[in-house]
Amino acid sequence: MTLTLEEVEHIAELARLKLTPEEKERYREQLSAILDYAARLQALDTAGIPPTASVLPSRSVMRPDEARPGLSLPDLLANAPDTEAEQFRVPPVLE
Amino acid sequence: MSELTELTLTQILQSLRRGDFSSRELTQAYLGRIQRLDPSLHAFLTLAHEQALAQADTADERLKAWRASPDTDLPLLTGLPIAVKDVLSVTGLPCTCGSRILENFIPPFNATAVERLLAAGVVILGKMNTDEFAMGSSTENSAYGVTHNPWNLAHVPGGSSGGSAAAVAAGLAPVALGTDTGGSVRQPASFCGVTGIKPTYGRVSRYGLVAYGSSLDTVGALGRTAEDVATIFKLMSGYDPRDATSMDLPVPSIVLDRIPSLTQLRIGVPQEYFIQGIQPEVEVAVRTAIQALEALGASVQPISLPHTEYALPVYYLIAPAEASANLARYDGIRFGPRLSGEAMWDIFFNTRGEKFGAEVKRRIMLGTYALSAGYYDAYYGQAQKVRTLIKRDFELAFEQVDVIAAPVAPTTAFRIGEHADDPLAMYLEDVFTLPANLAGVPGLAFPVGFDLHGLPIGMQLMGPHFREELLFRAAHAYQQFTDWHTRRPLL
Repeated sequence: MTLTLEEVEHIAELARLKLTPEEKERYREQLSAILDYAARLQALDTAGIPPTASVLPSRSVMRPDEARPGLSLPDLLANAPDTEAEQFRVPPVLE
Repeated sequence: MSELTELTLTQILQSLRRGDFSSRELTQAYLGRIQRLDPSLHAFLTLAHEQALAQADTADERLKAWRASPDTDLPLLTGLPIAVKDVLSVTGLPCTCGSRILENFIPPFNATAVERLLAAGVVILGKMNTDEFAMGSSTENSAYGVTHNPWNLAHVPGGSSGGSAAAVAAGLAPVALGTDTGGSVRQPASFCGVTGIKPTYGRVSRYGLVAYGSSLDTVGALGRTAEDVATIFKLMSGYDPRDATSMDLPVPSIVLDRIPSLTQLRIGVPQEYFIQGIQPEVEVAVRTAIQALEALGASVQPISLPHTEYALPVYYLIAPAEASANLARYDGIRFGPRLSGEAMWDIFFNTRGEKFGAEVKRRIMLGTYALSAGYYDAYYGQAQKVRTLIKRDFELAFEQVDVIAAPVAPTTAFRIGEHADDPLAMYLEDVFTLPANLAGVPGLAFPVGFDLHGLPIGMQLMGPHFREELLFRAAHAYQQFTDWHTRRPLL
């Protein structure tokens, strides 16, 4: 199969990736080749085969509903690119 | 003091207890060797010089106190230097994941695996190079430059734990932590001639491991001998309430006999792992090693894992799909660099477009496509079903045999740049390591020879879920009667 440029642009939009025109063309070719290779899976009959979401036996994992110490506010903010008044600072989300 | 850096973990622990040398002397010997050799290898991304010496001094105090009163408890690894792959959090040290998008990120907490080893007394030498977010088989995808194979600097060390493997092979660390999502401990161990464990999925907590493919990611270790790796593996293993996939099972003691016998061990050799295109020396070395295990008393029989050929397409749909979700968190808001943009959306697009490398963007795109409306059933859904078939192959095989022996990779270490711009050719390097991740079973890689150009060849043993001790026992037995694991590159 061959992806179109529009499809590549649509995927990049979904993935929130800004790509250059050269990147779009390269990914169009490379992703098409990888998806071609992956197409061999379609030939397998998987009727009645359940999907594997985890290799471990399925189980519920519970923990006591108790307050526990977490990271301090200065630790949490230390890696942020922009902060103000103990908060993450961002541009307007809605105009 | 270069001879200090030749010792195995087991020898180091004995010598430190006896007081033959101090942890500071040992740590300085490693730091000196790193400063001399790492400029040409580039295994380290961060050298934790001062922090390591401070940890060594603390260890020396404890050792001194323990020698004064040997009845007191001494943590098992007190004073042992180790190296940590740069996808695992260590408090206060940068954790870049080989990516520009985390170039200034300093985690304020330790990964559980790291925390357990620190509690056991280790000294952390530094953080090791990796393909960006562990996506790759050569370290060529690191944003900070490739690591060179100590056996031949023109060749890759494998990946993604290439920095860890190269450091152990070159004597820059006695042991190192790695991670294995599709072969990232075993393949570089094979390419660098060291021993490496990929534990059972759920055996070692991933808390503090930066997530790539969450249904596949495991934390492992690399070292010079199966015995050394087993010691680190045991201490890292076990239940952790902070990782919901970690299993609450006892970690079995691993008894490594001085004069080992493998008389009870049934080894299966899967025909699908000896395919057309495998490098002839690799096949010869692996088959010879299997004969050696037979000579030690094991019984050997051919088996079949019929869906092996589908592991590659299954993995390269599932892992990118999971990665596309896991890497959504890198948006330039809470950590990492931020590129400017007029609105929030622009920040996301610009930061991610600019700071992710080519392979990471490729996998995010592939995963996003495989999960997108209209394609989900054909790609991701079908891959998850075929994964069940691959898992069943192993379950059926382990009804007949105890362990499975196979090559780690179809070739020895390839040249730097050999697979540039051909991602599919690079993915094919993982063809023998991916099935264990898809089935969640443990795998242990160890050296079994060299090719005509002097590059190491590795074999892997795979076992049933949570039966790592079978793999360690067999590899330890092999290493009692062979010396491949003692060979060192000339540097």
